[in-house]
Amino acid sequence: MDTMRDRFAPVLTRLLDEDPRVAVVLAEIGRDGFTEAMLRHPERVINVGIREQLLVGAGAGLALTGMRPVVHTFASFLVERPFEQVKLDLGHQDVGAVLVSAAASFDWPAGGYTHMAPGDVALLDTLDGWTVHVPGHPDEAETLLRHAVGAGESKDDKVYVRLSVQSNERALAVDGKRFLTVREGRRGVVVAVGPMLDAVVAATEGLDVTVLYATTVRPFDSAALRRATEGMTGSDGAGADVVLVEPCLAGTSTAAANDALVDVPHRVLGLGVGRRELRRYGQVEEHVAAHGLDAASLRERIGGFLGAGAGA
Amino acid sequence: MTTTAERSTERTYDFADLPWLMGLMTGDEKHGPAATSTLDVLWVLYDRVLRVEPGQMEDPTRDRFLLSKGHGPMAYYAVLAAKGFVPVDWLPGFGLYDSPLGHHPDRVLVPGAEIGSGSLGHGLPIAVGTALGLRAQGRVDPAVWVLIGDAELDEGSNHEAIAYAGPAGLDRLHTVVIDNSSASHALPGGIAARFEAAGWSAETADGRDHEALYAAFTAPHPGRPRVVVARVAPKNA
Repeated sequence: MDTMRDRFAPVLTRLLDEDPRVAVVLAEIGRDGFTEAMLRHPERVINVGIREQLLVGAGAGLALTGMRPVVHTFASFLVERPFEQVKLDLGHQDVGAVLVSAAASFDWPAGGYTHMAPGDVALLDTLDGWTVHVPGHPDEAETLLRHAVGAGESKDDKVYVRLSVQSNERALAVDGKRFLTVREGRRGVVVAVGPMLDAVVAATEGLDVTVLYATTVRPFDSAALRRATEGMTGSDGAGADVVLVEPCLAGTSTAAANDALVDVPHRVLGLGVGRRELRRYGQVEEHVAAHGLDAASLRERIGGFLGAGAGA
Repeated sequence: MTTTAERSTERTYDFADLPWLMGLMTGDEKHGPAATSTLDVLWVLYDRVLRVEPGQMEDPTRDRFLLSKGHGPMAYYAVLAAKGFVPVDWLPGFGLYDSPLGHHPDRVLVPGAEIGSGSLGHGLPIAVGTALGLRAQGRVDPAVWVLIGDAELDEGSNHEAIAYAGPAGLDRLHTVVIDNSSASHALPGGIAARFEAAGWSAETADGRDHEALYAAFTAPHPGRPRVVVARVAPKNA
């Protein structure tokens, strides 16, 4: 199967052909995929070299002239390194852009910590007004990229699309807004974010829980979580139990879930990538296991949180 | 008060009025030298070079002026008031809670401000993107101007923009560097050379001499972005 990142250049090339307001801004990374597009649209496929502050600033300047910039590089260089540019050149200037990252949490473990960015979504959470898409399959990435660039968003919207090599087996029909209900149960709600779905479905096999699938995590679909928890009794006999399983920093969406349930007694367990630097190379699967995000670890942690009443 | 009322209605202002307009703003004395260092450059640009008028901010064919050196914006506000972008009676509220005029300008609040600035090193990269955006839309007429300070050049983001804009041939991009010798580790005489090394057209001019500035601002520079280093008295002189 191809990766989400493999879809990026072909999808954007079509969007460049279709919409004269679309521009792609690169900082070397990913440029090979745009060779053809660069020939067809030399002034709308812009490679600024290894200059990430300029990457985001130039994207903002393009937006100020009415273009729809799509700004792309690895997550650590797109969100973390030029963070003040993201905050001021886009947010404070009140203009929009689509930031598309690759190599998110630990997509390239052998590359080490310099190329890991599990905190990207949490960092964007310190800013106002960002839509964040975390697709769980290349087909979903394609849908959400189109949604972000034009179909679903107005030109001023600030959108982050987080592409990863981690993927679920099958794509679901995501719409760029709502969580999907994958399974229904009565003893708790497990929210699986993007590529975490397959592991969550396997981990909750036989448990009496609702599984929600979230690929658009900001804005957080509070209504879906509230609906899912309605009438639920948690392990302590009152309120609702919610588990978040995210491919990014553990706890990234805990505050959003708490806000959604502010007037409902509840407990939230936030699972995701640990904060501590592992200092390990190897394979993605090894990092998934090290962070307790494989199906067996998840089952143990979710089961322990929900208690004996949750089933099997 | 009679004088104030007369000045705020239907009259035109010239360079001699700017000290009075700046005098209406108080509360940011720490940035006074930064404000006055830009006064002549701003006046020559808005009076004779930029093709932008009040009420034209949505016109895609207007010239763009991006104030990157956003601290000490009194001269900027005074010129915007003199040229009718902002009402003169906004000036005395400078920095107050209800005022649109802060100690750093906000494009969302200030008519005529193309960008909000204050944090150094943002204007030139945004100006690069603006020039790219206009070029991509086939708008070859509008000029893009950005004003930065000599110490602001310390920011690496500016070096990224300078190094890119030359080879990219962004000939509608213009940078004015106000050189009041405020950089701690400067290369003497090196500002223009830095830009030239990156393929820019460069000239250093007396930042108080309006004719010299005008000539430097309007000199042709085919195929290359243009920088004018405007030298003024040192900040701590």
